[in-house]
Amino acid sequence: MSVLGQIAEQLQAGEDEQVAALTKQALDEGLEARRILDDGLIAGMNVVGEKFRRHEVFLPDVLLSAKAMYAGLDLLRPHLGEDGAHSRGKVVLGTVQGDLHDIGKNLVGIMLGGAGFEVIDLGKDVTPEQFVSEAREKKAQIIGMSALLTTTMPIMRQVIELLRTEGLADDVQTIIGGAPVSEEFACEIGANAYAYDAANAVDQVRRLILQAG
Amino acid sequence: MQDFRQRLDAGDVLLADGAMGSFLMEHGLELGDSPEKFNLSRREVLEGIARAYFEAGAEVVQTNTFGGSALKLGSYDLADQTEEINRAAAQAVRDVVGRDAYVSGSCGPCGKMLEPYGDASADQVRDSFARQIGALLEAGIDVLCIETMTDLNEAKLALEAARSLSTEIPIMATMTFDPTPRGFFTMMGNDIPTAAAGMIEAGADIVGSNCGNGIENMVSIAQGFHEVTDRPVLIQANAGLPQLKGDRAVYPEDPVFMASKVPDLIAAGVRIIGGCCGTTPDHIKAFRAALDAR
Repeated sequence: MSVLGQIAEQLQAGEDEQVAALTKQALDEGLEARRILDDGLIAGMNVVGEKFRRHEVFLPDVLLSAKAMYAGLDLLRPHLGEDGAHSRGKVVLGTVQGDLHDIGKNLVGIMLGGAGFEVIDLGKDVTPEQFVSEAREKKAQIIGMSALLTTTMPIMRQVIELLRTEGLADDVQTIIGGAPVSEEFACEIGANAYAYDAANAVDQVRRLILQAG
Repeated sequence: MQDFRQRLDAGDVLLADGAMGSFLMEHGLELGDSPEKFNLSRREVLEGIARAYFEAGAEVVQTNTFGGSALKLGSYDLADQTEEINRAAAQAVRDVVGRDAYVSGSCGPCGKMLEPYGDASADQVRDSFARQIGALLEAGIDVLCIETMTDLNEAKLALEAARSLSTEIPIMATMTFDPTPRGFFTMMGNDIPTAAAGMIEAGADIVGSNCGNGIENMVSIAQGFHEVTDRPVLIQANAGLPQLKGDRAVYPEDPVFMASKVPDLIAAGVRIIGGCCGTTPDHIKAFRAALDAR
């Protein structure tokens, strides 16, 4: 098996040390960093994402694979050119103000990172002002918001309203998710997309960035 | 009051209480604040909740200590007060129900993920539960309820902590399952047979599920437990899954609908019935009527 195939396989097994060693080996063999990322790390993470979607693997498996992915990505970063050059788009991500549940949000961050997007994770309990100012500063195309509590969902509406009043609604698109959130709620508050799970979030972000051109 | 275990051994069906968080919100719990903070400052609120459920007919009344493990309280800088917070909650319920209902010490997830996929060590998590459970036991709870677990490893650490402190205390242990096309799994990938076997081996007397599902899925989940164990099953269903009306969450399953499934639950081996998110004293009253009508 090629070294890239081995990277993908070890990543699926959650073997971070193996992935790091193989990534180094691939670089030493003269393979392009971009190719190692796409055909090794991202290829492996895609399989994990697909299995997760089919409920064949679960959160612990995804988290271990993510660790392995970052072990490889850290080695690739210096070779991927200037900051962000390897990125397919920038996403500001966070769990909304008043909500401390971040497992789903972290999973979305992992999947987006694994699909080649640059993720700026603001953590949990993020205010509308933080979302919007970070998106402006980092020139992000997407704001992704998560909520587990029905009581914190209204914050999502506030973020979208703030983007409008700040004149950023055309530049920054919004995607929302979380257990109590729905497609209808996304429509109602004017979010650009709703994702029903982490793998779907990647598809939706891809679509939004493609449509924005 | 008859001994808790004897009631179950005799085949009785016990009624537990319903949701807590919505009550706390009504009484001024702020978003993002620790619900357990009330235990030190707003004892009258805890008593009011316990009284509402006790008067509705609940005979297992829960303490406001779901997030009362030292690790969870630590995320609000309250870890130092773990013992006081848990003791106060148990005393508040006892003051209301006296010896006419069982005080059930609630013990929810610690909020951290275990190594190797997370960064909390097993020792840290076990010790954190031991501090909480030690305080609850000291305050004289009648039964411990380790609940809403999604990681069997974490549930087992809580059970180990409890059993290291008391071999006597009856323990109920529940996990939260998601329906998938491949059956019911917890978020961390535990299925019902694995969950039942693991929790019983680690010292649970009563096993089952709470949260995450409305009453119909819970009947299926109870059957899943009943197929793999003779132990009494505990079910605390949500009043369905929340729907947002305006900016307010509405739970669709009303007391009459939920209570109509009580016979199905009992047929599926359920011996303790209560409610989780979205359930109210009215739901508990309807359960009481359904149980009394048998």
